[in-house]
Amino acid sequence: MNHWIKGASSYAADIDGLFWLVTALIGFWFIVAQGIVIYFALKYRRKEGVKAAYITGKSWRELNWVFIPVVLVVMCDGWIDVATASVWHNVKETLPPADQKVGVTAQQWAWTFRHEGPDGKLGTPDDIVTVDDLHVVVNKVIHVDLQSKDVLHSFSIPVMRFKQDTIPGRSITGWFKPILPGVYDVQCAEICGIGHGYMPARITVQTQADYDAWMKSIAAGATALPGTPSAAATSPAPQK
Amino acid sequence: MTSSSTHADMAHAADSHAHHAPQSFWSKYIFSVDHKIIGLQYTLTGIFMAVVGVYMSYVFRMHLADPTAHIPFYGVLSPAAYNSLVTNHGTIMIFWVAMPILLAGLGNYCIPLMIGCDDMVFPRVNRLSFQIFFLSTVLLLVGFMAPGGAFGGAWTSYPPLSAKVEYNLTPHGNVIWLLAVALEIVAFLLGGINFVTTAMNSRAKGMKMFDMPVLVWMIVIATIIFMMSVGPLVAGAVMLLLDQTLGTHFFAAQGGDPVLWQHLFWFFGHPEVYVLLLPELGVVCEIICVFSRKPLFGYKTIVYTTFMVGILSMIVWAHHQFIAGIDPRMASIFSLTTIIISIPVAVIMFAMIATLFKGSIEFKAPMLWSIGLIVEFLLGGVTGIYLGSSALDVYFHDTYFVVAHFHYTLIPLVAFGGFAIFTYYFPKVTGKMLDERLGQIHFWGSAIAFNFIFIPLFFSGLAGEHRRIYDYSGFAELATPQMQSLRTMATHALLVMLAFQIPFVINVIKSLLKGAPAGANPWKANTLEWTADSPPPHGNWAELPEVHRGPYEYSVPGREQDYWPQNAPN
Repeated sequence: MNHWIKGASSYAADIDGLFWLVTALIGFWFIVAQGIVIYFALKYRRKEGVKAAYITGKSWRELNWVFIPVVLVVMCDGWIDVATASVWHNVKETLPPADQKVGVTAQQWAWTFRHEGPDGKLGTPDDIVTVDDLHVVVNKVIHVDLQSKDVLHSFSIPVMRFKQDTIPGRSITGWFKPILPGVYDVQCAEICGIGHGYMPARITVQTQADYDAWMKSIAAGATALPGTPSAAATSPAPQK
Repeated sequence: MTSSSTHADMAHAADSHAHHAPQSFWSKYIFSVDHKIIGLQYTLTGIFMAVVGVYMSYVFRMHLADPTAHIPFYGVLSPAAYNSLVTNHGTIMIFWVAMPILLAGLGNYCIPLMIGCDDMVFPRVNRLSFQIFFLSTVLLLVGFMAPGGAFGGAWTSYPPLSAKVEYNLTPHGNVIWLLAVALEIVAFLLGGINFVTTAMNSRAKGMKMFDMPVLVWMIVIATIIFMMSVGPLVAGAVMLLLDQTLGTHFFAAQGGDPVLWQHLFWFFGHPEVYVLLLPELGVVCEIICVFSRKPLFGYKTIVYTTFMVGILSMIVWAHHQFIAGIDPRMASIFSLTTIIISIPVAVIMFAMIATLFKGSIEFKAPMLWSIGLIVEFLLGGVTGIYLGSSALDVYFHDTYFVVAHFHYTLIPLVAFGGFAIFTYYFPKVTGKMLDERLGQIHFWGSAIAFNFIFIPLFFSGLAGEHRRIYDYSGFAELATPQMQSLRTMATHALLVMLAFQIPFVINVIKSLLKGAPAGANPWKANTLEWTADSPPPHGNWAELPEVHRGPYEYSVPGREQDYWPQNAPN
């Protein structure tokens, strides 16, 4: 799918490969079925004096015209199912050990990101808290800890092929491994009220050196900020 | 009223002459218990709501094509109004257009006529069903006048957004919306009781179960699916109403579970897709047999596979929730069942295509719409495979790919199928023929424009464009001129499609005024509704028909005529 959107995570290629597999299989069936419908429609148009054939499709011999293609469809379905299960297992059912952890809190209508501070641990006073601005290091397995303060949101990074709803009262961990440095869109992909369209954020994928420099610049500028992990300090007040 | 009530009490007693006393306008058309009038009431209400729903899509598509524009016939769209239009467009098109036209209107009109009886088993329940439906319609529209505006939390109404006013900011709209949907469901439950009992008990003399037209089977199975799946939604709606009004915590983060609603909603919501699909497939089966002069290929196979569709449709719902926070291991199971359901649907589609083989096909308007339905629905069906694949759904969930996919299923079903029904049954309902040339213009214009609306949206979705967004300017990847040109193309195509409804309106008015008389059986069809007068009188037949054979005996070898009505005594 690189033609439409970059694939910037380690598993983007797997998902795109599955996309092309499905496209090939259903494309075949789609073209065959359309071709037959259109061929029949043109070939068997009413002609004066030509009577239609009396074919009821009651016998097994006739029904094979339906069942044999269906068996082939089932085989394609099976192929898609197996390929899907393997990609899904890799993306959502397994959790490789984290190189970097990020806390993500959604609210109406902003994202609060909590990065590990210089101590390399999340949930300590030196955490770096930003709004709508996520920074991660390239080629590291990123764990995102997804929470919501109010309604459902969905944390979506199209280039990473990552999407996961955030649910108030729960904490859901997801992972991705960015492989292409750059700045990309982060979306909220679940309707969350009248500001749903105004919830863009961005993710900056950078090298370790750039990330360290960024962290230092924030830490230097942020001494005035309360060090406690309070998202409210840096995010706009929740809308009431 | 008195004569109507009398009629109700002996609905399927054979003495129909008792009801021929002249009736006032009110008792004949407004408070009627006649299944045909109720069917038309449902259909006309559905058509009115279709205009409302299409108008909404016109407004938000105009906005998406040019976010700063002053929209003709509307004005400037605010984010809150955008959300409520998107929400109510979906709600209306499913619950107030597809359901009343495809299930209630079609079922009420056709079931008694197709199985050869004079009315539904419970005519007054039927009338009550429409009255409740009408009330629900008024209630939904009243929501737009409520202080704070109409509900805008999507037609799926996920809590906590839908449950708490401080989140959705529509203090009255959300309650009104929920009550309207709940009432609408009550209406269809009442109507559904009638459909099933009538098909089981009131068939004409000599009509066995497998002599019923496949359309009746499909409506009955759709009704059973509806009744089996709707209970959890009603329970969920009551809980959501309590959350909204009394501050209970069924779907709250503390003490409840927001995801529970999604299970209850989609346990109904996905079978609902098949509730809409099946009656349409039934109509298409009828029409392609009539217009290709062929027996339906594999009648019993189609009926049995339809039952399989019904059963499978109950165990696919969580494919809407792959990334909603359900256990990922569960997703694999639902991905499997979702892809499996393509099998029985493929059987039915292949059987329909096989029916065309060696036929004598005539492309009158109903046949064009039916073949158009098959051709377009195939694209909607196959793109569902992408979304049923859980791993791909991670990317596609809530993008325009989903929007394009389900419009490629629902517009063929509701619009193409609706026009197929309309053009097929117009002669029966009014006694007048439609103009064929205007019908062809209407079909080709609408069908071509339709593809130009939604094919661009598949590509927007591929590029990651997410749904229900008022303003894309904040998203660097989506605010590009290329992406905007896809949005604009869809909007322009919508305007073209709307323009092509003008020939249809002209056609209807012209044909009502001076259409050629249709006669009882203009299409030379076999099923019983074509043996009644056009339009059929109250009670349908002076003497109820007796059935001698199945519904699809077309082009039987050795017979001069290429059709053989079910009631013809050899």
